[in-house]
Parts: sequence; C-alpha cells; structure tokens
Amino acid sequence: MSKTITIDGKVIPFEEGQTIMDAAMAAGVYIPHLCHQPEFTPHGSCKLCTVKVNGRNCSACTFPAADGQDVLNHTEELIEDRKKITQMLFVEGNHFCPSCEKTGNCQLQAVAYHLNMLDNHFPLFYPDREVDASHDEVMVDHNRCIFCTLCVRASHEKDGKDVFAISGRGIHKHLIVNAESGLLKDTDVAATDQAAHICPTGAILIKRTGYQVPIGQRIYDHQQIDQVSLATEHPKHGE
Amino acid sequence: MANKIRVATTSLAGCFGCHMSFLDIDERMLQLAEVVEFDRSPITDIEHCTNCDIGLIEGGVCNSENVHVLREFRNNCKILVAVGACAINGGLPAMRNHIPLEECLNEAYLDGIGVENPKIPSDIELPLLLDQVHPIHEIVKIDYYLPGCPPSADVFWKFLTDLIEGREPSLPYELVHYD
Amino acid sequence: MRQFIHGIAENNHYQATHLLQILRQIQSRYHYIPEAAIEQLSGLLSIPRTQIISVIEFYSFFHLTPRGRYELLISDSITDHMLGKKDLLDYLAKKLAVAVGAVREDGLVSLENTSCTGMCDQGPAGLVNGYALTRLDRSSIDKIVELVNQQKPLDEWPKELFLVNDNIYKSGLLLDRQMEQGAALKSAFKRGVKATLAEVDKSGLRGRGGAGFKTATKWQFCSEEQQSVRYVVCNADEGEPGTFKDRVLLNSYADQVFEGMTVCAAIIGAKQGFLYLRGEYLHLYDKLQSILNQRRQNGLLGTNILDQGLDFDIEICLGAGAYICGEESALIESLEGKAGIPRNRPPYPVTQGYLGKPTVVNNVETFLAAASIAVNGGDWFADIGTEKSKGTKILSISGDCARPGIYEYPFGTTIQTVLNDCGADDVLGVQVGGPSGTFISNQEFDRKLAFEDLATGGSFIIFNSSRNILDMVHNFTHFFAHESCGFCTPCRVGTSLLQKQIDKIVEGHGSAGDVVALEELCQLVKNYSHCGLGQTAANPIITTLERYPDLYQNRLKEISYEPGFDLDGALTTARRMANRDDAGAHLAQTDAFGSRPVASLPPSLAVGE
Repeated sequence: MSKTITIDGKVIPFEEGQTIMDAAMAAGVYIPHLCHQPEFTPHGSCKLCTVKVNGRNCSACTFPAADGQDVLNHTEELIEDRKKITQMLFVEGNHFCPSCEKTGNCQLQAVAYHLNMLDNHFPLFYPDREVDASHDEVMVDHNRCIFCTLCVRASHEKDGKDVFAISGRGIHKHLIVNAESGLLKDTDVAATDQAAHICPTGAILIKRTGYQVPIGQRIYDHQQIDQVSLATEHPKHGE
Repeated sequence: MANKIRVATTSLAGCFGCHMSFLDIDERMLQLAEVVEFDRSPITDIEHCTNCDIGLIEGGVCNSENVHVLREFRNNCKILVAVGACAINGGLPAMRNHIPLEECLNEAYLDGIGVENPKIPSDIELPLLLDQVHPIHEIVKIDYYLPGCPPSADVFWKFLTDLIEGREPSLPYELVHYD
Repeated sequence: MRQFIHGIAENNHYQATHLLQILRQIQSRYHYIPEAAIEQLSGLLSIPRTQIISVIEFYSFFHLTPRGRYELLISDSITDHMLGKKDLLDYLAKKLAVAVGAVREDGLVSLENTSCTGMCDQGPAGLVNGYALTRLDRSSIDKIVELVNQQKPLDEWPKELFLVNDNIYKSGLLLDRQMEQGAALKSAFKRGVKATLAEVDKSGLRGRGGAGFKTATKWQFCSEEQQSVRYVVCNADEGEPGTFKDRVLLNSYADQVFEGMTVCAAIIGAKQGFLYLRGEYLHLYDKLQSILNQRRQNGLLGTNILDQGLDFDIEICLGAGAYICGEESALIESLEGKAGIPRNRPPYPVTQGYLGKPTVVNNVETFLAAASIAVNGGDWFADIGTEKSKGTKILSISGDCARPGIYEYPFGTTIQTVLNDCGADDVLGVQVGGPSGTFISNQEFDRKLAFEDLATGGSFIIFNSSRNILDMVHNFTHFFAHESCGFCTPCRVGTSLLQKQIDKIVEGHGSAGDVVALEELCQLVKNYSHCGLGQTAANPIITTLERYPDLYQNRLKEISYEPGFDLDGALTTARRMANRDDAGAHLAQTDAFGSRPVASLPPSLAVGE
C-alpha cells in the first residue's frame, strides 16, 4: 500500500524522500512559495509555504512527507499570515512595481496578487541599496532582492560557478558577487547562466529584454501564480 | 438631494494620474453623479472638505502641506481611501528616500546643471519638504487601499459601487495590479 | 602579511572548517580582515571569496574596515544598564574623544556596544581586544583611557581590570565537590559503557541549555546511527543575556566537563570532540588548552585512553560574536567555518550534524552532570528534583540583589526561595531564562524551577520596584533584532518591525491601535520563524503584555493614530536650508482634531437609508 498524507482533507500519495511540497505539487495542490524551485536544493527561508502539519507550523518545501500527516494549507489563518509575510518582504526592500521591468512577470508581485494583498500594512524601511549595472548583459538591482538564494544555488548547482552569495546578518543581509571589486562585470557570470534567469523578482535582470512583452500582457496579468506554478514547475501538470 | 454620498478627493505627492484614471469611468460618471456629490476635489472648486462620507487620497506625503491636507481629510471623511501606488508605498516620489534631502535641494536649486540664480526657495507660503516621502498610512489611519499606478477606472467603479450598495468592497484578481 | 596568513593557514591544515579560527587571528593582528587576506585565503582554503566575506559580515567580531588598535566593546545587557552602563559609556566616549560606533581619527582606539558578555554579576562589563573587562567604573575607565593613550600593551595592563570572579554562593549536588581527574571515565569503563548509558538514562538527566531533551535518548540515537564517524560537541556559546554559569564551570570545573564529553564519546563511539567557546570567553582559552594538554599527558585524551582502546580528543573552537550560534545547528555550521545559520530540521544533528555525521551537542552543564552521574550512578541524581526534572539546576543570578552569582538548586525550588537566598527584596519581577524566557511578576513567586513549570537555561535577572519594565522590554527587543541571523522572513523583518513598534510605544508615540498591532506582530514572528531565536524573540513583549497590560495602555495616547516617526524632526533639514522658523515651518505630531476617536465605518452607505 502506498503511503499518503492529507492536505486540507484531500488524500495525497507520496514517495519516500518527498517533501510535503513535492507531494502537493505532484498532486496539483499549490502551496505559495518564493524561495523554492523544484530543481534546486530546498532552502526553507521565505516561510510562505508554511503549512500546519498535525497542528504544528512547518515549511512545506523542506519538511519530509510522512505517512498519515494531516496537513492544512488553504486556511483563512494561513492565507492571512502568508499575506503579512509577503508584506514584510515588500516593506524591507524597495519594491516600486511601476518602475520595475519585471512587473507582471514577478513572482513576489504574483504571490501578493494571489493573496489579495492591497497594502503594505507595516511601515516601510526604504533601505539604501545599490544598482549594479556594470556588466554588459546582466544587472543586479539590490533594491528588489528578497534573499531567496535561488541565484546562489543556481550558480553553484547548475552553472558550476559561485557568482552569488548572501552576506551580512539580520536585516543587514545582502547579496554579494564574487569579484574583488564587488561588481558584476568582474565576475564570470554570463547571460546564459541559469543564475541570471532564476530571480523571482526584478533583482537580477538580463539587459535589453525587459519590454519585449508589453505590460498588461505578461504572465501574471491574467493568470494566477497557482496555475502558472503547477504548470511550469511540475512537469506532469505542464503536459 | 440631501442624502447623496459626499466624496472628496485630492492629490498629495502624486501626478494626478489616479484622478485621470478615475475620470476614465467615462459615461458611468453620470450614473455616479446621481448618488454622489463631490466635495473638495480638483473637479470642484471647493477648498476645504466638510462632513464627507468618502475621501480618496492620491499620492504620498512629501511636505508639510500634504500632512495638513491629509489630516483635514481624515477629520472630515468617514472612510479614507489610499488610492494608487504613491499613497500606498510612496511610489516614484519615494525613490528619493535614499538620497539625503540636502543633496536633493542642492542639486535642484544650487548646483544642478542650468540652475540660474542659485538659491534655496524660502517663503512662508511654500511648504517645507520632509526628509523622506511617506505612504499615507504612516501619518493617519487608512480604511481601504486601491493599488495600481494608476488603479484602473474599473477599480474605482467596483470599489465605489460596492460601498454605495452597502457591500464590503473587494477587488477580484483582474483588478489587483501594482503597475 | 602574506607570510603571516600562509602560516596561519598551514597551522590549520588549509581546512576551510577552520575559517573562523583563522579569521580571528587575522582580525587580532590587523584589527580588520584586509582585502589581500581574503584573496589569499580564498586560494589557500579553496573556497570562494564570497564565502569568506559572508562569514566576516556575519560575526560581530570581524570587520572589513579597520577598528582601533585597542578595540573597546561595552556590554549592552540589561544588567549592565541597571549598573549604570549608559553614563559610563558616555563618560568613556568623552574621555577617549571617540564616538560610540566609531574609530578615533588616529586609529588607536575604537568604541562600540556589544551583546551581553556574560559578566552580569560583575558588570558593567566590556571587552578590550577580546579580553573581558569587569566592574567598570569611572576610576577604572580613567585608567583604561590612560593606558590606551600611552599605547601600553595589554599584558602590561593591571590585572585587576581583567579580574573575573566565580561568585559561587550556593553549591549542591554538582558543585559541592571537585571530581578527581579521570574518576568518571574509570567508573564508566569499570561499569561498561552500555551500563553507563543506562545510568545516564536512569538519572533522568535532560539537556541543560533550556530545551530539556533527554540526554540518554540523544546519546542512544546517535550511537545507533549507521555511520562510523561521530562527533561530540560541547555548546559553550553561552549567549543568553543574564547567563554566565558555563563561564564558571569552565573556569573551575573544566576537567569534569571534558570528562563528561569523553564519557559521551565512549558511549556513542566518537573520536573527535569540540568545545565551542563563545568569543567573549577568550580569557579562558589558554587555561582550557592547558587542561586539555594535561589530560592528554595523563592518558585521559588521545589514543587508547586509560588503555581501554578509546581514541578521543577535544579541540576548542572560539566563536566570534553571534548569539544565534547557541542554537545547535547554527553552532555546527559555525564549527564548519560558515555563518551561523540554523539548518532545516529534520535531519537533526544526532543523524546529520558536523560535516553531515551523527553528532551529539550538549550544554556545558549537561556534560558536567553526566560525568558526575558516571561516577555516582543514576539514582544519586534522580533522587533529587521533581518527577520530570531530575537533579539540580545551576542558576546565574544577576540584577537587583545583594549577592549576584552562581547558585545550584534542586529542581522544584520556588522562586521565592531563590530570591531569599540571594538577598533580593522589593522585587517587581524576575526574568527567568533570559530574554527568550519568561517574565514573572511578584504574584508568581511560588512558581517552581522545573521543566514542568519554569524551564530555564539558567538566566535569572531580578528587577526591583524602581525599575521600568518597558526599559527591559526595549533592551531585549533590540537585542533580538541585532542577533537575528536574517535567514527567514518572519524573524529578519519581524524583529526589526517589533523594534520599531516597541520604540514607538516606549517613546510615547503609540495610539489606540498600536498595542493590537504589536500583539498581532508578536504572534506572527513567534509562529512562523525558522528557529528558536525568532520563535522566542517576542517573548519579552508577550509575557509582559500579559501581566501588565496597563503599562502599555498607559503609554498610548487617546487618539486615533499617531505617526511612528518625528514629523517636525523630518522638517529640520528643509527648515535649516530655507532658513525658516515660522509657525508654518513646523508640524505638530498630532493635529488638533487628533483626539477624535476613530470613525466607525457605517454598515452601509446606501442612498436613502
């Protein structure tokens, strides 16, 4: 007999070694997430994928599925709290969507839309952060970094480089690049690197491509991230 | 009609784009006019608002006058609404927030290219700038938020008709945009 | 410099796991980590430069820009404040002519705050180039300033500046007698390691760091793992403000702690152990090393210990200023030469710990107790205490009492007994377990020290009725924001938001909804944070809000809303530049109508209703 968990009452099978997120996605159940991409080692830092497992909060992307787990995902409390966590991500950085070329394709924005986030709720931090446009083809706008480390993992795990890292502590955390000058142009990053394309927000962008699709016709302008995520991040649903 | 809903609107540190978008409800404005009357607003000539039901605020707070206007609205509107990106998070004007105000003023009035007769303006009629631009929810209590840069005409229509018809206002997915 | 760095790297066998130890030596020599050193280390250790920078920027004691040749850090624990720290710091800054947080122009000296240095019973305290300074007062500060300005080397400074006392006022089961070196190991071998584990089990010993996991179970799990390499780690990263008992144990009972580790190694089958010593206890380092050497000479460490075929040795690793490394998985990351970011669990350290191998991490006091249990048996320990909390607990007592210091009590002792013993009267309340613990009021002094009532890692800070509870809450909340590792969103952003919100209320800018907003934020940070730091960061607020709601409410203005920042202050620059000071150039923090309560929303605005 195969092992199962239930998510919001729905019985879902899983294989040994799968996380709750893996099992959910394979079964077509969306759990909001930003720092997770199935092809990379789970990180568990954004906490948007928090679900209640047998009454206890766990990160779905890192927590192993185990037979008989009772998982709550789509509850009013979790949705409301995920919205607040998203608002935290918005206020700690400088997320001015109207001036960002990622708008409409941005996963941070899309999760916020999905959670019907209409305001920032908290006071804004307006941190002083830099833009690194030194490289010919790739740029980093630190104002929009949410420290998901997808670029760090992509560069290390897929590109076989170590272009990016997260440095600093607490609210002073920041993205750094592997060059004495601290500038992207002096790293071995290439526009073909996965790391240059993986950013869920507009923090890492390929230059001169931003407006190829007009605003209003972009991924999340008409389609919610739950559908997009299931279709693109889990092959079975992409068919 | 004494029982019309009184609506006031203003633009603080904004570009009036939200107001323009409001006007894009086009012919529905006539429908609205049957149940709504405008108090203080760029589309009337009323200077101060009194006893309003709904106040729509565009723009963030960048100077002392913005604070006074916002407080007047809060004190005279039952429901105060942050309209558009700038009111909600400071928007584009807030992109000056990481530049010290002194540098901004120096660049604009003293050292900038093409500045003639360099001098920091000083007149009691002129409002003074705050050192940072703030979203309006950091100055007064806000009841509702309409995101967008600008929020589309349909957002205004949906929100106002919800309120007028006694429903808790809500925006469906298609109407929630930050850009 | 190249030669110096190469030498350090060589001494550390070019191991990236030793990065912290290497950086400590570079920082100590150059007072920062120069760019050239980063470049060179990157090559020598075969790690990306980004990894080195992220470690430097994570730990408070490493710097990318030069600090003073005399680096002065003043402890910012609430207990230091209660002993007049703020005035002393101002005095010191003035005498040295350097701002707090800055390096003096001549590069000779720098001054900064630092988190609790573990000298709460003999504060105000500080560190100079990493070495503990105690009982600071104006006269010792005058002396220090003179010594700095004369550029006297530290080893020529008067010893009394560095005097650290044990201050043991009450000893019990564990502190009563010094164990003979080797006694626990001899007993363990005589009884057999399996039987010794059974004794530890019978003793009911639970982890003394605060969480209280059963020690024997942890050791059992680790020994059952299908791996040949296992590790023993002693957590001496005693960072919880108000705790200092591990410092005393390592100063006067280190042999027994090492022995406890060795017994553990014999039981689980480990060859290597680590003592992770918080950087603030640098003054203990040489002494501990010589005890280890002595143990090696006496056949109690190294190969074939006591001719029983056990190979085991212990290495001391120093931390570098990060409270989070007290969390066991963060500590392991730090031991591996990385930033102290707590891991995702499961897997737990007993299955995948140091370098992915099964690892037992226990508190200093736990190993000390385990050694005693190995000698005296499980019943000896289990006879004392309560049903779920066996044995004794060693407390670090500080704050408003006549005799701050170390006290050992059987579990089940009431708070009132403790207060009587240490000479505390007119007590308003006690912070039990440090900032991450619980604040109890003077209505609760019949409560007991025990896992089933008041669990504690040992911190016990007493506040008398002259103290303002909100000052304490303010201090603790800032501490957590400073120490958050920043890994997860709820803690990284949440602790900063808590800090802003508590500042707003303490500074008198709070209004009607602000306490509600604060409570809501507390729950969010508590329920969603990745590790114990975030999960307890709101405790100072939650536990005081529960007991003293009026204290918070009284700070609130009876108005609908007030900005969280100084409105008139935000006009200062514009006023100065426009050369204005007229009435129109100022803003009131609240407006004339501000006292009006919040308008309640009409249920319906429908026309005609």
